[in-house]
Amino acid sequence: MEPSLESYLALSGILFTIGAVGVIYKRNAIGVFMCIELMLNAVNLTFVSFSRYYGDATGQLFVFMVMSVAAAEAAVGLGIIIAFFRNRISVDVDDASILKF
Amino acid sequence: MVSTVIFFLFAGFAIACAISMVYHKNPLYSAISLIGVFIALAGLYVTLAATFIAVTQILVYAGAIMVLVVFVIMLLNLDEDKPLNRLRYLYVVGAGLGVALLAQTFFIFYAVLKTPKSPADPDSLAGSPMSIGQAMYTEYLLPVEIVGVMLLMAIIGAVILVRRMEQPEMEAVIEQESENRIE
Repeated sequence: MEPSLESYLALSGILFTIGAVGVIYKRNAIGVFMCIELMLNAVNLTFVSFSRYYGDATGQLFVFMVMSVAAAEAAVGLGIIIAFFRNRISVDVDDASILKF
Repeated sequence: MVSTVIFFLFAGFAIACAISMVYHKNPLYSAISLIGVFIALAGLYVTLAATFIAVTQILVYAGAIMVLVVFVIMLLNLDEDKPLNRLRYLYVVGAGLGVALLAQTFFIFYAVLKTPKSPADPDSLAGSPMSIGQAMYTEYLLPVEIVGVMLLMAIIGAVILVRRMEQPEMEAVIEQESENRIE
């Protein structure tokens, strides 16, 4: 007996919520970044489980695209974090509250 | 029966690692917990017959992206988060928003599950690399090309963001910018 679609969706919802709460709680820019990665992964799990239960490969194709977006996000996001660290010697998001200097 | 046990094993591991990622103050511990989540999800993709996605998950997420994150953490030599000295009410707000978001997500899933669906075909080849590659290079060729251009943009953007300008060079750039504005 295979686990039902509902259980995969429940796991995905729980992971997404943990990621969203982490974005609010974390003050470290890299921590916020990792929580966003977790939310992207929760969405990927939804895609793959629907793809499995409808027997359609399109969902898995879009998981591939979400992964590409996550890779691009990692490159640009970490670039921004390094540029910010150079100016402030800190990666605390509270220090980035002014979008200037 | 066995697949249900495997599902709960991986699901429990994923949730425990996710909570530990949010809980830990040291970014390096958070990163290692996140790698645990990725590996658990890769295991779940295998149980969902999506072997190609499972391999890509390990290669791209646990391999490339997390190595980059750990590299940046070590490069910046980050300390642990300082204890929260203000905005303590954010904890309450965060918990409230989390509960609201969870309820909303489950409401959407409940609505989705009420719509009629065709029964799953256990022998479908939907997860094989061949079916994904066929869809990728025929029906969805344009989105794949756009993703390729986006990756190129991200590479160039990251290089420009991180490039350290020398002081004279920076002044030259500013001068040129102001000249352009005047023109």
